[in-house]
Amino acid sequence: MHTETQKPGLIVSAGHSDAEPRSALARLLLEAARLRRFQIGMALTLLILGLALLGPLAAPSSPTAFVATPFAMPSLSFPFGADYLGRDVWSRFLCGGLSLLLISMPATLIGVGLGMAAGITAAMFKSSWTEAGMRLLDVLLAFPQVVLALLFVTILGPRPWLLIGVVALAHFPQSTRVLKGAASDIVERDFVKAAQVIGMPQSRILFDEVLPNVSGQLLVELGLRFTYSIGIIAALGFLGFGRQPPNPDWGLMISENKVALLFQPWGTLLPVIAIAVLTVGVNLVADALGRVTARISARMEQA
Amino acid sequence: MLRLIAWRIAIGCVTLLALSVLVFGVTQALPGDAAVQILGPHATTEQIVALRRSLGLDRPVALQYVAWLTGILHGDFGHSLTGGESVATLLAPHLFATMALMLFSAAIAIPVALLLGVWSAVKRDQAFDHSCSSLLLICASLPEFVIGIGLVALFATTLLRLFPPVSLLSPDDPILDQLRYLALPVATLVITSTPYVARMMRASMIEVLDSPYIAMARLNGIDERRIVFDYALRNAIPASIQVIALTLTYLAGGIVVVEAVFAYPGIGTAFIDAVRYRDLPTVQFLSVAIGSFYVLTNLLADIAVILCTPKLRNRV
Repeated sequence: MHTETQKPGLIVSAGHSDAEPRSALARLLLEAARLRRFQIGMALTLLILGLALLGPLAAPSSPTAFVATPFAMPSLSFPFGADYLGRDVWSRFLCGGLSLLLISMPATLIGVGLGMAAGITAAMFKSSWTEAGMRLLDVLLAFPQVVLALLFVTILGPRPWLLIGVVALAHFPQSTRVLKGAASDIVERDFVKAAQVIGMPQSRILFDEVLPNVSGQLLVELGLRFTYSIGIIAALGFLGFGRQPPNPDWGLMISENKVALLFQPWGTLLPVIAIAVLTVGVNLVADALGRVTARISARMEQA
Repeated sequence: MLRLIAWRIAIGCVTLLALSVLVFGVTQALPGDAAVQILGPHATTEQIVALRRSLGLDRPVALQYVAWLTGILHGDFGHSLTGGESVATLLAPHLFATMALMLFSAAIAIPVALLLGVWSAVKRDQAFDHSCSSLLLICASLPEFVIGIGLVALFATTLLRLFPPVSLLSPDDPILDQLRYLALPVATLVITSTPYVARMMRASMIEVLDSPYIAMARLNGIDERRIVFDYALRNAIPASIQVIALTLTYLAGGIVVVEAVFAYPGIGTAFIDAVRYRDLPTVQFLSVAIGSFYVLTNLLADIAVILCTPKLRNRV
């Protein structure tokens, strides 16, 4: 017998008995993995994630130690030279990505997670209350994300937990909108209506019928929001409202060494390139997932 | 139609009101005491009490809010805590500098985005569409300041030295004489704002091109160029209005970081300075201003869409 492990929560059920006996999520990922842009995007993303996560272990010298003259040129012992205070650029670069990830990852998960909960709830239990709630969220959308974040930073100061909360808050209204839109389509489908008619409890409809079918949009949203998180957190660091000196941080490094772009650009260019590669990589993955999701839902409509 | 417009305006007003509550709530009513934040950790109790009194923080929150809102409605945005001058006078030159930046960026970004969107839709799934969408995807992924620094490295310092890396605008000369300072900030804003807008235009144009009346026109043997220009584009007008609004609101957010990268003396730089020095009246004014700009732009765009969509226009 074919022993396929099935997670009960991830089966596209009712009305899709002819579908392959695999979870919707697994099918989505397998199909996306065949796309060239998914492969390139994944490689770029993993490269920078690996660099940021393992970098601190590989740093040749302490990221806060003064080891050379300020803005020293690249040499054998310091391959990318020194920064504006004479610290090793390569070591600071290797150590400076972790803080970016530690803030942007939870911020994305919390923001999109709350948005998912609110969006699917609003789609399933449509009432004038949920519509009023969506209107209220539009108010948050009136602020560019950076402005919203800075508004809170003004009062509470640049603290890591605050940055996580503020960026999550900035994502929340958009994610709610996107997932409400995705879930509203599913709620109208016959298999959900059938489940309601046979008296399936709402919680099971939510987890077994609706959630698996928005998993594609959810992944795309997570990817997009992750790139925005990286952009906002790095920008806040660059503006001086992120991690404070003398800590190594990519955003901070860029503003610290920007004046020397003309003669010792590495202190600025290394973090800029890393952030660029990471955001492009994640976006390519999200784009591939988005294409496959659209393809799958087009197939569903035809079926 | 009038009822539709009136309803839309009412929603806009409620949104503006909610926005002012939010800004005020965050800056003045959060548990973190504004007076303590402004004075720093070494302030004496008397200093804090005095500042609380002068900011009106010792009054009930609801009263503070009403006083603040009536001030705004009378054009009084309070006085800067660092300069002591009226916030409105202090920020006027910044506002003009930012408007110049946004106007130039919008004047380039909107036509470019419309063209790219329409052309990709017409040439759907051909080589141009594919390379255009890949390029736009990359531009859309890069954070604003990464593009800004990248342009500085390429065109102002490391590689070529065509443009100044920082925008040292002199406030006394007309801005048209100082266009070289605007080149890189404008380029950054154009690169960051174009992708979203072009994609949105492409999607709505494709929707129009797929509609039955276009298929009908094709079957009647009408010249493809006439179909695009006379038939399809006319129905893409509402979409392009949305596109213009989207560009403007996107630019309003983009200026904050982009101005900081180039030290451009606009409201973005002023906002960041105000956050740094905890200049609450300035932070409040600028966040209300940026938020209201967003709400008003969307409001005007929605009204314009109602006016140019016959189905909505003729609704009673």
